[in-house]
Amino acid sequence: MHLSGNSIIVLNVNGEDKTVMVKPAYTLLHVLREELSLTGAKSGCENGDCGACTVLVDDMPVKSCLMLAVEAVGHRITTVEGLKNAPIQDAFIKNWGFQCGYCTSGFLMVCHALAMHKPDADDPIIEEWLQSNLCRCTGYEEIENAVKSILSGNYK
Amino acid sequence: MIPFDFDYYKPESMDEAFKCYQDLLINNKKPLYYGGGTEIISMARVKGIVFDSVIDLKGIPECSQLEVSGGKFRIGAAQTLTNIAECNAYPLLSKTIKRIADHTIQGKITIGGNLAGTIKYREAALPLMISDCSLQVMTQGGLAELPFSKAFNGKLQLKKGEFLVSVLIEENDLSLPYNHVKRTKQEKIDYPLITMVALKNEKAIKTAITGYGDNPIILSERIINHKLYNVEQKINKIINLAHSDCKGDLSGSREYKEFVLENMLQEMFSNFEKIG
Amino acid sequence: METQLGKDTIRKEAKDKVTGAAQYTNDLTDSPMLYARLFTSVHAHAQIISVDTREASAMPGVRAVITAKDHQVICGSMLQDRPPLARDKVRYYGEPIAIVIADDEMQAKAAAGKILVEYKPLPVVNSVKEAFKKNPVIIHDSLMLYTKSTKEVYPVKGTNICHHQKIRKGDMQKGWLESEIVVEGSFSLPQSDHAAMETRAVHCMIMPDDSVRIKTSSQSPYEVKESISKYLNIPEGKIVVQVPFVGGAFGGKACIQPEVLAVIAAMSVKGKWINLANTREEDMVTSPCHLGLEGTIRIGAKKSGQIMAAEMTFQIDTGAYSDISPKITKAIAAECAGPYRIPNIECDCYSVYTNHPYITSFRGFGHEAHTFCLERMMDKLAVETGVDPFQLRLLNLVKAGDLTPTQVKVTASNTGNAVECLERLKAIMNWEEGARIIEENGLVRAKGISCLIKTSDTPTDAGASAVLTFNTDGSVNLDCGATEIGPGMKTTAAQILAEKMRINVNDVYVKLDVNTQSTPYLWKTVASMTTYLVGRAILNAADDAISQLMNLASIALRCPTEELDFENKMIFVKHDPELYIMFKDLVKGYKFSNGNSFKGPVIGRGSYVMGNLTPLAEASGRGTPGRSWTVGAQAVEIEYDTRLHTYRLLKAATVIDAGKVINPKTARGVVMGGMCMGLGLGTSEDFVYNEDGIVEDTSFRTYKMIRYGENPEYVVDFVETPQIDAPYGARGIAEHGIIGIPAALANAISLAAHIDVNRLPITPEFIWRERLKR
Repeated sequence: MHLSGNSIIVLNVNGEDKTVMVKPAYTLLHVLREELSLTGAKSGCENGDCGACTVLVDDMPVKSCLMLAVEAVGHRITTVEGLKNAPIQDAFIKNWGFQCGYCTSGFLMVCHALAMHKPDADDPIIEEWLQSNLCRCTGYEEIENAVKSILSGNYK
Repeated sequence: MIPFDFDYYKPESMDEAFKCYQDLLINNKKPLYYGGGTEIISMARVKGIVFDSVIDLKGIPECSQLEVSGGKFRIGAAQTLTNIAECNAYPLLSKTIKRIADHTIQGKITIGGNLAGTIKYREAALPLMISDCSLQVMTQGGLAELPFSKAFNGKLQLKKGEFLVSVLIEENDLSLPYNHVKRTKQEKIDYPLITMVALKNEKAIKTAITGYGDNPIILSERIINHKLYNVEQKINKIINLAHSDCKGDLSGSREYKEFVLENMLQEMFSNFEKIG
Repeated sequence: METQLGKDTIRKEAKDKVTGAAQYTNDLTDSPMLYARLFTSVHAHAQIISVDTREASAMPGVRAVITAKDHQVICGSMLQDRPPLARDKVRYYGEPIAIVIADDEMQAKAAAGKILVEYKPLPVVNSVKEAFKKNPVIIHDSLMLYTKSTKEVYPVKGTNICHHQKIRKGDMQKGWLESEIVVEGSFSLPQSDHAAMETRAVHCMIMPDDSVRIKTSSQSPYEVKESISKYLNIPEGKIVVQVPFVGGAFGGKACIQPEVLAVIAAMSVKGKWINLANTREEDMVTSPCHLGLEGTIRIGAKKSGQIMAAEMTFQIDTGAYSDISPKITKAIAAECAGPYRIPNIECDCYSVYTNHPYITSFRGFGHEAHTFCLERMMDKLAVETGVDPFQLRLLNLVKAGDLTPTQVKVTASNTGNAVECLERLKAIMNWEEGARIIEENGLVRAKGISCLIKTSDTPTDAGASAVLTFNTDGSVNLDCGATEIGPGMKTTAAQILAEKMRINVNDVYVKLDVNTQSTPYLWKTVASMTTYLVGRAILNAADDAISQLMNLASIALRCPTEELDFENKMIFVKHDPELYIMFKDLVKGYKFSNGNSFKGPVIGRGSYVMGNLTPLAEASGRGTPGRSWTVGAQAVEIEYDTRLHTYRLLKAATVIDAGKVINPKTARGVVMGGMCMGLGLGTSEDFVYNEDGIVEDTSFRTYKMIRYGENPEYVVDFVETPQIDAPYGARGIAEHGIIGIPAALANAISLAAHIDVNRLPITPEFIWRERLKR
């Protein structure tokens, strides 16, 4: 594959193939937000430190600010907009898992992936996964309660 | 947002990748091999590096291998830290790379990228430095296998246009008793103040650290395994010997790092003592 | 009707925030859009010899490059000392020098890289000490010539002091004479950052008629309007400011900073939106940050521990510009005694320029900083007197009848019950088992405590308003000027309204964004004052609407209003509730059975302004800085490793007199968030400068905040002593969780490691160094 300048690629986002024009230098975050109007993934640092831009690529969390859009060709991308009434969304509401909401999409995606891959995750594993993201409003207790409320048994 | 444009190549074979790089050089381009891209993207954003083409190695089968076969653990350079840790054929390596950056980014960082990158810590190199390990490198003359110590001296020693294809670790070393400690300034998710790894075989303990100075270093095997020195003497001698390597930075001052290293060595000796 | 208060109420925008539907400034689609990027200083103090924008201007897609030459604006919320783009010299690392506007972000960023600036470096004032010494390098030569926007700012000629606030209370000589023990200490904490997850962002367009449209992530939409009008001489009515959801603010988005740059930029490309969003690095250093503080305190007390006198000096590192620092200086001075009764006080509080990034308001408004100094002193006094730290604090807590440092009389209503907070904290922390417990493997468990107090320190005319309209089902729409920055203010507002109108909170629909053209005025969403200010306005608006509805009902039911009552969207005759009429039949006026109609749609209007506040007198500091004080007590428990000097956070506890808890889970969340931020300041957050005044940790890679799992177990408890003039008695609590936490942590570590923690943040290396000194 060789892409130069403005290039047409196909990205599979939230179950749909989307044809988009990108430059190779565009990050996945940029393309999701600016080209596909999926603004649920947020830009917080563009340096991979905060996790606000986290999306799932083939069901694993990825910081979309540190992935080129062209790298995502051929993979399945899921954004917060693609969570259709996932239990983690309700769990965040019921457990007061957010205040300003800016980090929420990223946390939701990490928690959702965790629940899919490790439904019986213990504290160290939860910590390992969730330490990838920063929240400045809560003290994390609410997020802990939210994720633990869905971590048992069958998560769909 | 990366403030400059570049071309993207994704070759499907080693030869294609090597040739691609050479062709770009001939055309006065500034190509860069690309693995996980985390360091390249974040540095490009602040114009810490400049390039006009990237060659993504993730499409090359040899760069994606991950298996124990023929007496060796074979890790393709484009394998992610997460996959390597999940496979867990070399527990010391798993443990080390599970403390690089954070869990999400571990799914993007490749072992090749960590070894070849410009960020000085290169924690993934530590377990390789102290085990029987070799690197497969794509060179002008084709695929070459080099002892790790020859191809990596604090950083990867590759000629322009060469790229790391895979890491091969002798199966015998994979299950040796080990020790891993990472200390940071304060927070868990951070660059190391010092990360130390150690392996113990029937003959000797081998130890490597990073964060101490400019590059990962091996601590003197002679002193660590000296028959006549007691633990305290060993530690003093090691710290004295490494004194010129020690550098202060945002994580901690020189003196503090020496204090921390002293503690880490004590722990390491006592841990290995316990297992006999 | 069941009460709507004291019940966990899910925030109105909850669904939006878990689906990605909630839109923040930079999620808004505005078209046509151009992109503005900043070029910022690489020096902390330097003369600008030349700025060459020729190559940048010629880059593809570039529409304009703007420098200080292109405008005459000078900003400053109290002292107009800050050119939005550096003029003649730069005073801090990261200061904006030019703006590039281009068709896309990549082009703008690329062109910004082509700007050439020739600097002549000047000596750098790299600390408060250097700024304060004799014959210092002067950062603002024209200090005394700057326009003041308020009388309450007192710069000192020939110095780097942009404000000096004095407190003189009682008789110092007498105080020292009555003191049997004197303790002294000096403390410092570095500048740090708000680090809201959303970096500041603005969209701005100049319309064909020169009116200005601004969409911004701000806590102060009305002040944006007023300031832009003042700075750029544009009639206020021509400026419309919209604020959608704000991704965290913590005081940092109260400063009018990116908006001015955005307007200046948009003026060069009229008719097109420009997008100006900070990178994280810009948000940390270019935009304003959290203060640094140096404090020296001397306390005199009787052997019993009773404090008789205190002498205090605080110097705020305000950085290169003053912004709201003089007001923070005032706030620290006004509450310099903490919640303690100190009969004789001399306090000098300075706001001092340095060549560091400039500061603005931050959660706690300075209290989180000076409380660290004061509460360390309380523990030092406890050690000196041998009185238990809890007992010492209890002994000295203010009571009704005492005078604050600014000589306001303390009452139960205006100050609440600090004693009760402290007593409850003592039980929560199991103080009886001891404060320092030696455990196995070289570990020590230790506890530290701190009290807290804070008032609002608003301008004396801070005001709010609210408008209610009705839907034909009788439900209410609420519009008020509070921006939704995280603490759930819009939901609290809905609860207050529902309670007053005796309807269910689900029958209140809240306008979540703010548009200054239509949304009724609010001073700012700051100072933990929104519940109070907006709440009072809402109560008045509800009264207004209810009275209109009652009058209509009186006609409809042919019954005098005094015989009517209301509940659940219904007005009924008290002595015969079967005679009733629903709100829905009144909200558009009343239609008689023959079709005749009477009165139009009901609109409830309410407004409120802070009453009885006065400025502080220049010489004595006497005056009334707030309507009420929120008090509380906090504790931190840690596990310290005596060998490695590392520590783990085990527990953090807060008991606050909240007056009335309106939304318990939300209140608890806000307090926990404050504690977590306080732990960040205590453990790891600081700006590190090199010798040239360059900030070295401008990204989250090196600027470290608390992450998931590093947080301790939290305990939050509320005392409820109503503040009589507040909506249902509710006091401000949004900032307070942070205030005593750095102090409590420092006290715990001092005790654990047998050191004297006199600075923040407390890293293992710091503890190790302090231990070496012993």
